[in-house]
Amino acid sequence: MTANWQGNGGLVAATVLGLVLLLALPQIVDPVMMIELTSYVIMAILALSLGLIWGYGGILCFGQSAFFGIGAYAYAIAVINFGDSTIPLLLSIVVPGLFAALLGYFLFYARITDVYFGVITLTVTLILYKVMGATSGSQYVIGAAPLGGYNGIPAVPPLNLPGRPDVALSFDGLFYLSGLTLLAVYVGLRLMLKSRFGQVVVAIRENERRAELLGYDARFYKLATFAIGGAIAGLAGCLFANWGMFISPDVFGLAQSAQVIIWVIVGGTGTLLGPIVGCFAIQWIATKLGAQQLLNANLVLGTILIGFVLLVPKGVVPTVSDALRRLKFRPYVAPLVEQRRVP
Amino acid sequence: MTSPDCILETRGLEKRFGGVVAIASVDFRLKQRELRCLIGPNGAGKSTFFKMLTAQLKPTTGQILFDGVDITRAQPHQVSRLGIGIKNQVPDVFNNLTVAENISVAARSRHGKARAAAKGKDVMERLGLTALTGRLVGELAHGQRQWVELAMVVALEPKLILLDEPAAGMTADETNKTAELIREVNKSAAIVVVEHDMQFIKQIAQTVTVFHQGRVLIEDTMDKVQGNELVREVYLGKSEDD
Repeated sequence: MTANWQGNGGLVAATVLGLVLLLALPQIVDPVMMIELTSYVIMAILALSLGLIWGYGGILCFGQSAFFGIGAYAYAIAVINFGDSTIPLLLSIVVPGLFAALLGYFLFYARITDVYFGVITLTVTLILYKVMGATSGSQYVIGAAPLGGYNGIPAVPPLNLPGRPDVALSFDGLFYLSGLTLLAVYVGLRLMLKSRFGQVVVAIRENERRAELLGYDARFYKLATFAIGGAIAGLAGCLFANWGMFISPDVFGLAQSAQVIIWVIVGGTGTLLGPIVGCFAIQWIATKLGAQQLLNANLVLGTILIGFVLLVPKGVVPTVSDALRRLKFRPYVAPLVEQRRVP
Repeated sequence: MTSPDCILETRGLEKRFGGVVAIASVDFRLKQRELRCLIGPNGAGKSTFFKMLTAQLKPTTGQILFDGVDITRAQPHQVSRLGIGIKNQVPDVFNNLTVAENISVAARSRHGKARAAAKGKDVMERLGLTALTGRLVGELAHGQRQWVELAMVVALEPKLILLDEPAAGMTADETNKTAELIREVNKSAAIVVVEHDMQFIKQIAQTVTVFHQGRVLIEDTMDKVQGNELVREVYLGKSEDD
């Protein structure tokens, strides 16, 4: 199919652009901004995970930060105990993935409807927030890792070369690693969405009953998508714990959960680029707003969100690409079948 | 056990919605590669019957046997995998996907990549959808969307095809083409068609089953059914002067 070639061309272009940005940015951006930028990249991975689950799977998860936080905690606890970061890194993907699979099993196989799904996932995040917050005593220790309640876990050791705990990742290194991870997740998801599995996931979002009548078990496909999204969010959480060398229950908080959804709304659901763009844009604006005293940052961000929902409901990326398509092609008029009245 | 030449059998099938009896103890038998028409006034229970056969609704009591397997408590995707394909009354398609993608999703449910592509191409050619492959299904006319759904069902290569008002909203030409297609597909699959369009039924009918108030009123050839006083009274009488 010709569409395939076009799709692959776009993917190659996106990959090249991503690599160029990854190499060029550290050369032209000052070190303080690089620290910010690294956190944007990490959050963009989190945004991508929700972009998959919500935008393609049609599952509105209000608690994507739960998997992010579980990934961060899994990494922190494991790396403090093991020293070497190889297995902790894997755990930060596997543990939230399994947690999402377990949660998804109960929700999808019980055929919980969308609204309740949102409520339950949000509740799970808030429960985790409370539970982790309640672990402040010295008795709450996993191996050598004290959980620390609302104070969190300080001095989380950084990632290291596999098997070489003495060769730790530098801060520049974390930027490259996060950037490559974002790129790899993006490309991986693009390829996945082109596969049979991805086609079916989108078909289920479009019309679940029809997909089932075609022989696909919608519950299984949703569960798998949800678990993949959970695993990706967990990986972002691991990078986040590396970025701050610190993790606290705040990652499970309401603000964090809402933020991810806002990024995806602003960037645009149903695309993979949208969540990344939305995440970078909103975070950059938030940083800029934080640097001034004139206006309350949350007030401005709230206004931006309302503006988007009202004026650009599809989000930035779908709106821009629709506009480009209109410029490129004239509207296609279907050959009309001659309509006759049935006698 | 069902007899070997019987592909579908329901025994005492019943569906109640609260106090309303939509289907009341229906015993229905369909032979391999049979073409059956199901008629009856609105609310006779035809669509409910179809929905139970495809596990979209769970029967209150009774049993459904398909190809020797009890599918009474099966899930919709399992019923589909066993070989029942259905076109629902309202076009039930993937509106935001293209025609080619719609059919590809259907074909890949049963076949590997290469065979699915070939099957999809073949089906689209047979239904004259080739010119529309890149169009979003949601943008198509009602009749065209009906065909997309038909194409999806045919691409599954089911052993039994259930068609709920396949000619609704179609032009005369399109209706003729649909009848032709049904006869062709019937060479390899049993088909049950629900329709209101009597001209269409006459084009394809072998045996006709009349539903009335959730029960089978009569089951016979089209001529005999049309000649039946009771049927004329509940159903055909109203459309006499069309």
